[in-house]
Amino acid sequence: MADLVAKFAARRGEFTVDVDLRFPPGITCVMGRSGSGKSTVLSVLAGLATPERGTIVLGDEVWLDRGRKIDIPVHRRRLAYVFQGLALFPHMSALHNVTYGMHETPRAERASKAQALLDRVGVGHLAKRKPRTFSGGEAQRVALARALACAPKLVLLDEPFSALDRELRAQLTSLVRELAPELGVPVVHVTHSIAEARLLADRVVQLDGGKVIGEGKPDDVLDLGALE
Amino acid sequence: MNWQPLFLSLQIATIAMLVALVIGTGLALLLVWKKLPLPDVVAALISTPLVLPPTVLGYYLLTIMGPHSLIGRAYHWVTGDDIIFTFKAAVIAATIGSIPLVVGAVKVGLDAIEPNLLSAARTLGASPARVLATITLPLAAPGIIAGAMLAFARALGDYGMTQMVASSRFDGFGIHNESPASIFVIDELVALREEAARNMAIATTLLGIVLLVLANRLTRRLQHG
Repeated sequence: MADLVAKFAARRGEFTVDVDLRFPPGITCVMGRSGSGKSTVLSVLAGLATPERGTIVLGDEVWLDRGRKIDIPVHRRRLAYVFQGLALFPHMSALHNVTYGMHETPRAERASKAQALLDRVGVGHLAKRKPRTFSGGEAQRVALARALACAPKLVLLDEPFSALDRELRAQLTSLVRELAPELGVPVVHVTHSIAEARLLADRVVQLDGGKVIGEGKPDDVLDLGALE
Repeated sequence: MNWQPLFLSLQIATIAMLVALVIGTGLALLLVWKKLPLPDVVAALISTPLVLPPTVLGYYLLTIMGPHSLIGRAYHWVTGDDIIFTFKAAVIAATIGSIPLVVGAVKVGLDAIEPNLLSAARTLGASPARVLATITLPLAAPGIIAGAMLAFARALGDYGMTQMVASSRFDGFGIHNESPASIFVIDELVALREEAARNMAIATTLLGIVLLVLANRLTRRLQHG
């Protein structure tokens, strides 16, 4: 049950994302207008982008320390990242997508555990099918199952429900709400939706122009003003 | 009809295609590498065989691999054999002409891969080698197949460079003292044996068409999963 502490400055185009953040276990929603630096924060946490300076520490694991030239590559950080476009591997079945990141699980147990995860998120019947046959909601569920399968130390969700209708969004929001406590790790959820943040978040971080302008419990931060 | 020249050409084209596929795929991966210095210059160098006359390329091959060159002498010292005017020279000539075509086709396949798929694989703990083997190459398969098809067609039809470095009779696998089809046709014409030249020309054409139809079907099947 370790906190993720990230303090970094990353130049992105015309402005610098300069933040000092703490993500305890549970769901933290990162909110802000387009271009406020939300996606940059996720990319840096994942190791897909390298900031000019800063540190990222998860418990006693140092993932990044520019001063000490430490930068753990993304594939060794053991995190789960659900991209906005989901990025399901189109040439693999749902089951193969889910087993892809199960390095910690013995090979013989991977398929049964992946099937159990797909069943858990309600898409067990899709195990042998490829992503091009999935509906939007089904694809979201498979992406969630894949993210959870690798026993992550950190979960990053980049507006995963933005393309869904209200009903599906509500279903998946409650699914994430249900799964997060079982994982017991920091879940960083980027969203534009105040309603989604109110339902999901234990904490909210509000960004603007690459800076943190609000941080705390949803009711405290979301009252600061309109975000959309 | 003497089928041996056609079989010899098939052997040369198959090996040249495989070699060009390995080298060409490696070069295409190099070109899409974001940290590659002077990418425009590297791309131009790779494409050079497309714009140079075959005689110029043949001249370079003769200079680099001829019996008096450093490589030619070293090869002779190790194996007791020459490179020029052998099966190997014909394969090298066909390969060099094919590589830029493979690079172009594979690069199109690589450029079509959504970058987030590669990032997703990395976040799921895949090493760069595993990402390459399980995501990049399978998703670039249509481009790789197209590259193989072009390489084979180019190698089967090579004449200019082959004429410069392998315009003699040599041995293939199970074939003795024969010329590849492209050289055979001109040799027969010069010797006024027009019927043999015509038969070989028609056989080569039919073979090329059949192989291209098969390759197109394979590409379509791969693209539609």
